[in-house]
Amino acid sequence: MKRSLTLAILLLLSFAPSARAASEADYKAAYAAAEAASKEAAGMRNQWTTTVSTLAAARKAGDGGDFDRAVAASKEAEALAKASVVQATSEKEAWKAMEIR
Amino acid sequence: MASSIRVRATSNGDLTEVQTLIQHPMDTGLVKNSKGELIPAHYIQELKFACNGKDVFVANWGTAISKDPYVKFSFKGARKGDDLKISWTDNKGGSDETTAKIA
Amino acid sequence: MRTRTSFLLGSLSAALVAFALTSPRVVAADKVDPAADAKAFQNFFFQKFPNVKHEDFVNGPYSMNDDMKRQWQEKEEFPPYEFALDAGKEMFSTPFKNGKTYADCFPNGGIGIRQNYPYFDTKEGKVVTLELALNRCREANGEAPYSYVKDEMASLTAYMAFTSRGKAMDIKIPDDPRALEAFENGKRYFYTRRGQLNFSCASCHVQSPGERIRAEILAPALGILNAMPIYRSEWSGMGTISRRFMTCNSQTRAVPLEPQADEYRDVEYFLSYVANGLPISGPGARP
Repeated sequence: MKRSLTLAILLLLSFAPSARAASEADYKAAYAAAEAASKEAAGMRNQWTTTVSTLAAARKAGDGGDFDRAVAASKEAEALAKASVVQATSEKEAWKAMEIR
Repeated sequence: MASSIRVRATSNGDLTEVQTLIQHPMDTGLVKNSKGELIPAHYIQELKFACNGKDVFVANWGTAISKDPYVKFSFKGARKGDDLKISWTDNKGGSDETTAKIA
Repeated sequence: MRTRTSFLLGSLSAALVAFALTSPRVVAADKVDPAADAKAFQNFFFQKFPNVKHEDFVNGPYSMNDDMKRQWQEKEEFPPYEFALDAGKEMFSTPFKNGKTYADCFPNGGIGIRQNYPYFDTKEGKVVTLELALNRCREANGEAPYSYVKDEMASLTAYMAFTSRGKAMDIKIPDDPRALEAFENGKRYFYTRRGQLNFSCASCHVQSPGERIRAEILAPALGILNAMPIYRSEWSGMGTISRRFMTCNSQTRAVPLEPQADEYRDVEYFLSYVANGLPISGPGARP
C-alpha cells in the first residue's frame, strides 16, 4: 500500500512538471535540445523562420531570467525544428506526387 | 543631369490625355536604413501642370504617395502643338521642371 | 550455444532474402528526360487554360485576369521599370576601372543573349545563371560583386532582358549526367514542400494559378521567369530572380538559402528549360 502510494505520487509529479517553476538548468537543457534539433534542420537546408525566431525568443527570455517562458519557447522551437526535419525527410519521396507527368 | 520627369501628352479630340512618371524617392521619414537610423522624409509637396499659362492640374502631396509616382489625367481646352509645363517642388527645397509638346 | 548462433544466422539470411525481394529496384522509366518533362509541363498549362494564348503565359497574373491585364497594358506605356532599364543600359556600357566592359565577358557583346541563360557549364559542372555570370564578369575585371537581389544587378539584368524581348527562351541541357542531375534537382526543388506553411512552388503556381493568395492573383509556373527581373509594386522597386526565390521561401516561413545557392541555380535551370519556346518579356512589372 505504501509502495503504491509513493509510486502514485511519483507518477503524479512526473505528469505535472509545470506545477513548479522552471530553473536555469531546465532552461539550459531545453534550449540545448532545441538548438540541436534546429542545427539538424539547418543541415538539411530546411530551416523554418519560426524555428529561428522562437529559439531566439527562448534565448532572450533565458537571458532575462524568465525561465518558465524560456523553457516553453525552447520546447516549441524544438517541436518546430523536429517538424521541419520530418518535412524534409518525407518530402524526399512525397514531392513526386505533385509532379506534372 | 537627366530630367526626373517623363511625360507624354496626347490630344484626343477635345481632350488632352497626360501621363507622367516622376523619379523621386518619396521617403516617408518612417523607414530605417540598415544602420537603424531613420531615413528623413523627402517627398514632393507640390506638382503642377500648366498649359498656355494656366494651371490645369495642381497636386499637394504628402508622404502617402509612393516612390517614383505615376500620374495620369485628362483636361480640356488645349490643342496639338501646345506646350505643357510640368514642375514640382519637394520638402527639402528640391525641384525640377520640364516642358513637353502635346502630340 | 551453437544452435543459437546457427538459428541467428538462419534468421538473418532469411531476413536478407526477404529484404532483397521487397526492396525497390530502379526502373528504366526513372531515367531523366527533360524534353518529355517540358512537353508534359507545357501541355498541363495549355490544357488547363485553353483560352490563354501560349505566348501570353509569360505575362504571369495578367494572363489569368482581364481587368489586371488592362491596367497593366496601360501602365506599359510608362512602365515603372523604365528608370532601372535606363540605368542598366548606362551601367552596361560604362567601362570597368581596367577599361574593359561587360560586353567583353559575354557572347555577342551581351546583347540579345538573355534567353540562353541559365546554361550548364561543363567545365565547372554546374548551372551558371545570368546574375552569376555578371558578378563573375565584375570580379574577373577587378570590380566588387553586386548584391544579387536588387539595385544594380536588377538594372543590368533588366537591360539584358530588354535586348532579348520577344526572343524565345532557349535553354540547352547537354548530354552530360551532371546537367541532367541539375535539371532533376531543380525539378525536385520546385515540387518539394517547405516552410512551416508547407507550400511547394507547385502549390501556388501549378495548383492555383489565376486564383488568389490573400489579395494577389497567382501566376502560372509556365514562363514565370520570362519576365524577370521585375518591378514589383509591393517592393516599390526592382527585384531579381534571386530576390524572388528568397522572398517566396520566407513567405512560406522557410529560411531562404543564400543567393545563387545550388538549389536556386538548379530550379532556375528547370523553370527556364520547361518554358523553352515562350518569349522573353522582361523586364516586367508586377503588383
